[in-house]
Amino acid sequence: MATYILRRLLSSIPVLLGILFVTFALGRWIPGDPCRAILGEKATDAVCNEFIHRHGLDRPIPVQFGYYIREVAQGDFGRSFRFSKSVNELIVERLPITIELSFAALFVSILVGIPLGVISAVRHNSWVDVLTMLWANIGVSMPVFWLGLMLAYIFALTLKDTPFQLPPSGRLSPGVITVPFYEVWNLPVQPGNFWYSVLDFAARMNILNALLSLNFEVLKDALRHLILPALALGTIPMALIARMARSSMLEVLGQDYIRTARAKGLRQRTVIMKHAFRNALLPLVTVIGLSLGGLLGGAVLTETVFNLSGVGRILYDAITSRDYGIIQAFTVVIAIFFVILNLLVDISYAYLDPRIRLD
Amino acid sequence: MTQENSSVATLDPEGVALKSVSLWNITLRRLRRRKSAIIGLVILAILTFVALTAQWLAPYDPYTPLIGIENVKAREAPCIYALGCPQSKPQHILGVDGNVRDQFSRLLYGARLSLMIGFSTVTFAIIIGTVLGALSGYLGGWVDNVIMRLMDVLLAFPSLLLAIAIVTVLGPGLINALLAIGIVSIPAYARVVRASVLSVREMDYVSASRALGGNMTHILFRRILPNALTPLIVQGTLGIASAILDAAALSFLGLGAQPPTPEWGSMLGAERNQVFTAPHLVFFPGIAIALTVLAFNLLGDGLRDALDPRLAHVS
Repeated sequence: MATYILRRLLSSIPVLLGILFVTFALGRWIPGDPCRAILGEKATDAVCNEFIHRHGLDRPIPVQFGYYIREVAQGDFGRSFRFSKSVNELIVERLPITIELSFAALFVSILVGIPLGVISAVRHNSWVDVLTMLWANIGVSMPVFWLGLMLAYIFALTLKDTPFQLPPSGRLSPGVITVPFYEVWNLPVQPGNFWYSVLDFAARMNILNALLSLNFEVLKDALRHLILPALALGTIPMALIARMARSSMLEVLGQDYIRTARAKGLRQRTVIMKHAFRNALLPLVTVIGLSLGGLLGGAVLTETVFNLSGVGRILYDAITSRDYGIIQAFTVVIAIFFVILNLLVDISYAYLDPRIRLD
Repeated sequence: MTQENSSVATLDPEGVALKSVSLWNITLRRLRRRKSAIIGLVILAILTFVALTAQWLAPYDPYTPLIGIENVKAREAPCIYALGCPQSKPQHILGVDGNVRDQFSRLLYGARLSLMIGFSTVTFAIIIGTVLGALSGYLGGWVDNVIMRLMDVLLAFPSLLLAIAIVTVLGPGLINALLAIGIVSIPAYARVVRASVLSVREMDYVSASRALGGNMTHILFRRILPNALTPLIVQGTLGIASAILDAAALSFLGLGAQPPTPEWGSMLGAERNQVFTAPHLVFFPGIAIALTVLAFNLLGDGLRDALDPRLAHVS
């Protein structure tokens, strides 16, 4: 297992280099003066000269690429003049929101998608099956941003003053204040050092923070705000997962060892859960892995619709103000994050299916 | 079942030409038996009809605001005579948008754009993907390595994000958005083509063609690539669906089609803050996108099943 992980880690290095190359190329492709494209039109000549020299922009292209790799490797993504913060600070501030949203969406889609798919397969061609497949087809065809807006309309306006009313935007209701768990725990951390950033990163995920600091009022409020965005973002993966769970279960259920298990007189429940589902799991991991990319892309749209100040929202703001530096930095960060996620998916395959390790 | 088997069997002795026709016959027959594929085809037929005849079907011009022409206000709700709207008001069956234009007419014209977007991006991606995949699979060695690693890198980005990054660099606009979506969808086609090339590259009929003195282009395009056609058709149909969704997303973010173009995504994006006051301006464009995407998805799934040789014995 260890050698497999090591091999898989090494094989992602060329991909990471490629990602850096693509974002580097995109950065150099920007029409006009790279300095003013990144620092803004109002940058003075002195500032620009300094900027150009610091990033090696007056050197040959291969050397520039070297500079770029060094900057990324050192975790230096520059500063955003619009937000007057370093991009790193922005990442610690914004990425947790996107991660929280994506995980909530993935959680919803797995929680609903797998049982739906399994039931459809077990009751093949029943009305449950037909409805699930119909719904799965419609689910993958809806634009995320439209679904989000419609959910907001239904749950915030149509169901207003009913118990089902849900907030259409934001992360917490006005007046609800969340205290970072490290302050509740009285941890001795000072702003500025690395561990503080790590704790702060975790504390910015409202739900995790509320759980860690045992603040159930904040937890309830945060969950209520997260339901609609998670539903909107989770619908496409939910449909894909349901479809894959169904077809993979159908395939497994037709195999001889399932008949053997039934012939032994095992209960239906045991046959489905212990014998069939375990073997149907692997293709599901593939689909979940494949949905991660769509999830991160969809997060941009969902955050825009629900006014969540995550990575997606910052990208949207950067797009409208043509802030190339931010776009470039966040594209790299998300792509690297995505590579790491894919790595974890691959490792979980190897864990689930020993044949892969021996390959 | 028996009828179809016998039709294939009787074709066998009659030679190659008839047989290649029969593949499509079988496909069509299988396709006709799948209700979902039929629904997809019907929606697509209607959409194509609407796209071709939008200028006659549309009751109003999609670009001209109706200020001063009719007594309507911006974002007025749908008014349908059959549903009890007073005859004194002008009929707008899907309401009026923020710039006092008939939304129904704009949606009809939008069908034209959406189909154009779907087909053009996928055609672009298929052409480039096929060339790259074919070279990669046929030549092998370092060419294969370089091309496929490049494709891996493109796949390493979440596709919508890469498209966003490309469009911000190229500048917002429909053409640039199409180019970006085209670029991010190349790897899927390159992989499909490479796989089919690899699967037949060493077969005897290819060697025979090479022995007869066929050059590389001849062998690739006449002998090898026809094998890639079926998976490409399936991938392409499903690809159109995701291209339309991505293009709508880019337009929604303001990176694709620019106003006043009647593109569904940008119509929705322009009115998204009005969802609570004028929901019809968000609801209908979204339905149009979803229906179009659904149609291509249903058709693609149907085609995949119908063209799958492993299922040949089933029907």
